[in-house]
Amino acid sequence: MSKKYVGWDEVSQGSVLFSFEEEFNALEAVHTKQEDRLYADTNSFKAYVGDWRVVKPVYNRDICIDCQNCWVFCPDTSIVSRDKKMIGVDYDHCKGCGVCVEVCPTNPKSLLMFGENEDSDEALAKWPEKKKKSKE
Amino acid sequence: MAEKIDLQEVEVWDGNMAFSHAMRQAQIDVVAAYPITPSTPTVQNYAKFLADGYIDGEFVMVESEHAAMSGCVGAAAAGGRVATATSSQGFALMVEVLYQASGMRLPIVLGVVNRALAAPLNVNGDHSDMYLGRDAGWINLCAFNPQEAYDLMLMAFKIGENKSVRLPVMVHQDGFICSHTAQNVKPLSDDDAYAFIGKFEPVDEMLDFSKAITYGAQTEEDWHFEHKAKQHKALMDSRAVIEEVFAEFEKKTGRKYKRVESHLMDDAEVAIVALGTTVDSAILSAEKMREKGIKAGVVAPRVLRPFPFDEIREALKNVKAIACMDRSAPGGAMGALYNEVSAAMYASDARPVIVNYIYGLGGRDLTQDHLEGIYTELKADADAGKLTGNIQRFSGLRGPKLEFFK
Repeated sequence: MSKKYVGWDEVSQGSVLFSFEEEFNALEAVHTKQEDRLYADTNSFKAYVGDWRVVKPVYNRDICIDCQNCWVFCPDTSIVSRDKKMIGVDYDHCKGCGVCVEVCPTNPKSLLMFGENEDSDEALAKWPEKKKKSKE
Repeated sequence: MAEKIDLQEVEVWDGNMAFSHAMRQAQIDVVAAYPITPSTPTVQNYAKFLADGYIDGEFVMVESEHAAMSGCVGAAAAGGRVATATSSQGFALMVEVLYQASGMRLPIVLGVVNRALAAPLNVNGDHSDMYLGRDAGWINLCAFNPQEAYDLMLMAFKIGENKSVRLPVMVHQDGFICSHTAQNVKPLSDDDAYAFIGKFEPVDEMLDFSKAITYGAQTEEDWHFEHKAKQHKALMDSRAVIEEVFAEFEKKTGRKYKRVESHLMDDAEVAIVALGTTVDSAILSAEKMREKGIKAGVVAPRVLRPFPFDEIREALKNVKAIACMDRSAPGGAMGALYNEVSAAMYASDARPVIVNYIYGLGGRDLTQDHLEGIYTELKADADAGKLTGNIQRFSGLRGPKLEFFK
């Protein structure tokens, strides 16, 4: 996020923050895809907080069934989904809490936690095999 | 639509009833309140008006004063006209949220019926709660009798909601001596009162869904200072609006208010500076002292915040000795009124002797004898041209004489 440090005479009254640029009618936000909304610079969508994370969820498209569970449960709306198709993780805002992995129902899971500095392609290469149901 | 009340030209109201009627006439959208002595009747009367069909707005009964002010903050941010009332411990519990209200620039009106702070527990009037909130960024208006409580409560909405102000406003009155003492009050009619205050005009209201807005942002060392400075400037600049509203009110009612009230000050040699019901007592005493040949006067800040630094200097520029009367335990310093009046006078050419009296804590009476004693001591200071006793003195206190600082 680019910050412009303004003086006391230019800050907003009551330190209120607007979510969108003035010309954008917020009533339209629900009908507008995230990438098409005119977010204001003060919107946290424009703030990078990815560095809060120590472990990250990696997404495996080959296994995912687009059930949307992760999208529903993510506490920080960091699962990106379009037309009910899972696209991936918003690493600018994901805090690495692991809830998405926990609620993923596939076998093996379509989301798994890896170290923050691990390469995602390498992570996908060592994805675990399907676990057989134990008969006992 | 709420029913109107056909008021008499002169009503007999105590200070609480005066608050309640002014609040009713303001057509408030939301009152969130929790009762506490001695301000309970303010919100109790208000709730009865609402139950009887004289009020359209919402009355929210909450679980504490912290919640009461929090409810007010939410309702004000949503975009409504909002008010509540409290005292003492309840005020203390509200303090955290008082700073939120002013920082968010929400023009909430708070009736404060002044009462001592525990321990020891005490329900009577002193200015401990008023002093506790004086740095909270609110405009502070001080009423000295029920008529003024009514007038200032009406004006509080008009001042705070002015778009160039947009700050919360407290109206203070003394617990019991003002809040529970019935006096003649000349009210405006319901229509005139509402017309004077005007329709509430929201600013940055959260209920405008076309422009999504966040209240209560976090700002750290890189932004906080600018926001607080802007807020302080709004409070300092509110002086002009306060004077405009006072003038408009005078035009409508003939009742004149000033940021600093002066009585018998034209030729005064000695002056008492006081707040609350003490002002009327001091005026009576000053009149009696004049019969004895002492040129006594009284100065009273009507607006405690923004502090009338300019008007105080002007009002006291010709006196030789001043007694600043603080009705709050000073907690290891001079009383606040002493400090602020002294600072104002030090920034002028005048060099009066200034003494600090601590008095009336927990509702202790300040009698005419006490006041005569204070004026007599002031006269001695004025004649000597210097302090004849210590700076901080206690009036009406039992036990050995308690004084501090030569």
